[in-house]
Amino acid sequence: MDKPVNQGAWLLVLPVLLIVAFSAILPLMTVVNYSVQDTFGNNQFFWNGIGWYQELLDPSTDLGGRFFDALWRNLLFSLLILLIEVPLGVAVALSMPRHGWRVAATLVVLALPLLIPWNVVGTIWQIFAREDIGLLGWAVNRLGIPYNYTADPLSAWVTIVTMDVWHWTSLVALLCYAGLRSIPDAFYQAARIDGASRWAVFRNIQLPKMHRVLLIAVLLRFMDSFMIYTEPFVVTGGGPGNSTTFVSIDLVKLALGQFDLGKAAALSIVYNLIILAVCWVFYTVMTRMDAQRN
Amino acid sequence: MARIDLQSLGHSYLSNPKGDDDYALKPMTHVWEQGGAYALLGPSGCGKTTLLNIISGLLTPSEGRVLFDGKDVTGLPTEARNIAQVFQFPVVYDTMTVYENLAFPLRNRGLRGAPLDARVREIAGLLDLTADLNRRGRNLTADAKQKISLGRGLVRPDVAAILFDEPLTVIDPHLKWELRSKLKALHRALDLTMIYVTHDQTEALTFADKVVVMHDGRVVQVGRPQELFERPAHVFVGHFIGSPGMNVLPAEVSGRAARVGGHVIALRRGYPALNGGAKIEIGVRPEFATLAPAGAGGVPVRVRRLDDLGRTRIARVELSGLPMAATVPEDLTLAGDEASLLLDPAMVHVYADGTLVEGEAA
Repeated sequence: MDKPVNQGAWLLVLPVLLIVAFSAILPLMTVVNYSVQDTFGNNQFFWNGIGWYQELLDPSTDLGGRFFDALWRNLLFSLLILLIEVPLGVAVALSMPRHGWRVAATLVVLALPLLIPWNVVGTIWQIFAREDIGLLGWAVNRLGIPYNYTADPLSAWVTIVTMDVWHWTSLVALLCYAGLRSIPDAFYQAARIDGASRWAVFRNIQLPKMHRVLLIAVLLRFMDSFMIYTEPFVVTGGGPGNSTTFVSIDLVKLALGQFDLGKAAALSIVYNLIILAVCWVFYTVMTRMDAQRN
Repeated sequence: MARIDLQSLGHSYLSNPKGDDDYALKPMTHVWEQGGAYALLGPSGCGKTTLLNIISGLLTPSEGRVLFDGKDVTGLPTEARNIAQVFQFPVVYDTMTVYENLAFPLRNRGLRGAPLDARVREIAGLLDLTADLNRRGRNLTADAKQKISLGRGLVRPDVAAILFDEPLTVIDPHLKWELRSKLKALHRALDLTMIYVTHDQTEALTFADKVVVMHDGRVVQVGRPQELFERPAHVFVGHFIGSPGMNVLPAEVSGRAARVGGHVIALRRGYPALNGGAKIEIGVRPEFATLAPAGAGGVPVRVRRLDDLGRTRIARVELSGLPMAATVPEDLTLAGDEASLLLDPAMVHVYADGTLVEGEAA
């Protein structure tokens, strides 16, 4: 069958192409451009080829060492976040009420942290966890546990992880709750009649219904925690030492602190590619699993 | 194997019920005999599902007791009662195969190995599910899913009664009949007590040996289908069962005669003293009111419309301005809209405030 050909349709796509070009492709090309050159200011550029990339991906160099240290920190952070927030979010969703006025009340309380801007969350915790005037920091120290996020790397990590859990577990819980809400009461009643244990109900009724939203929750939480910047920047500024310097924080230091535009551009590109790659892996795994289930 | 006794059982969703209106299920006493096929019939919101959930233990009644074979189970949770329930929407565990679905209640009760396998295959055979045993639950049709729900109840060897909560609602009409016959066959084969909740009179009358009609939280009549048809104990039963429903006319009754708007209708039984305060009505089904040419005896009526139902014809008539439905004999031809109505005296019942009044026998 001959399809009618109408080249005029390109006109309809044109606005989108233009917007994407100006908002994404052109800036990205600028970054690519920087990443293959070196500059010492005065708008003078010198060709450097893949030099920055070679340096960046070689852990024995100064730049590469910094990058890989920050990258491992990022991965550890994301792993911790997923290990804590996903089971906790599921547990919260499971214990949320299913009927009555308590549903609305719980939803509002859970949504509150999600509505607070990142830097405000950072500020709240920066003060809350201070050992001298912060309620949390002061109380913990009074209990005899040494805790000071400005001096001790472990304290700094505990603070940032706790803050992220406080901020984002609600998202996982709300997504899971949406999945749970789609289960008719008859399923729970039938499970009781079938003599199913609490675990069997979770395994055979609740988990299958949460499966999809849970994958989305994992993806969202991974991407977001992997790109974390604002909160550690506000609370610890990447310290003490470099213990909470994540890739994004290092990137800003490199670009705006040291004005190493070439190195920073190369780092941006690699950072971006890692995130894209992880996204792609997630997407492929998700669609594969769905296909298998059917 | 169990006989189920309900003793002054009532339920209110309010914590402190005052009047009758506060009860979803008004206090009642009833016995479900072992091996019976019962239908619980009534319109939506009449308390059928409440009653069913109390029997299965999903709901604890606010008053009264439930006995299984004389043993008080009122406070026992569902899993401790040997009862199975099939819900309106089929419940199938999506991630499991049909086999695993059927095995699930047995595994939860600790059964393993060869006895489990044998039992699952036996029940799958009864339900014609053998060919589907290895398929996933999620890809099956609604009727197959409902069979699995039923199978999970049947598979337990200790089950005393199976409760059905409008199980055919989501089934295609042409499969409903098939599934209902399957239920009947299973009932005969397995000697189980079955209680079948429905608002569909055809389903109730074809499935059950005994039909329990509920209205507004109250059981209004328990009887065989024929009894419900011939002697409705309440005008509600007359309306709800039969199509069209029973004619109910306000009347004055004394002795063996009822007066409706100046016309006298003969009664089989005598009603010497009817309480003056109550609202007195007579009820007669269209099947027992036959249309005849004017002047053929009976009471004079005005014919408004004839409805051809295919096999029979139903006349919409007026008796002293009161609308009625009546049967039209095949050979009847009418001139004009004047006709007369012949009523079978044995089938004209008297109701006081909606409830059947037992007359004195002839």
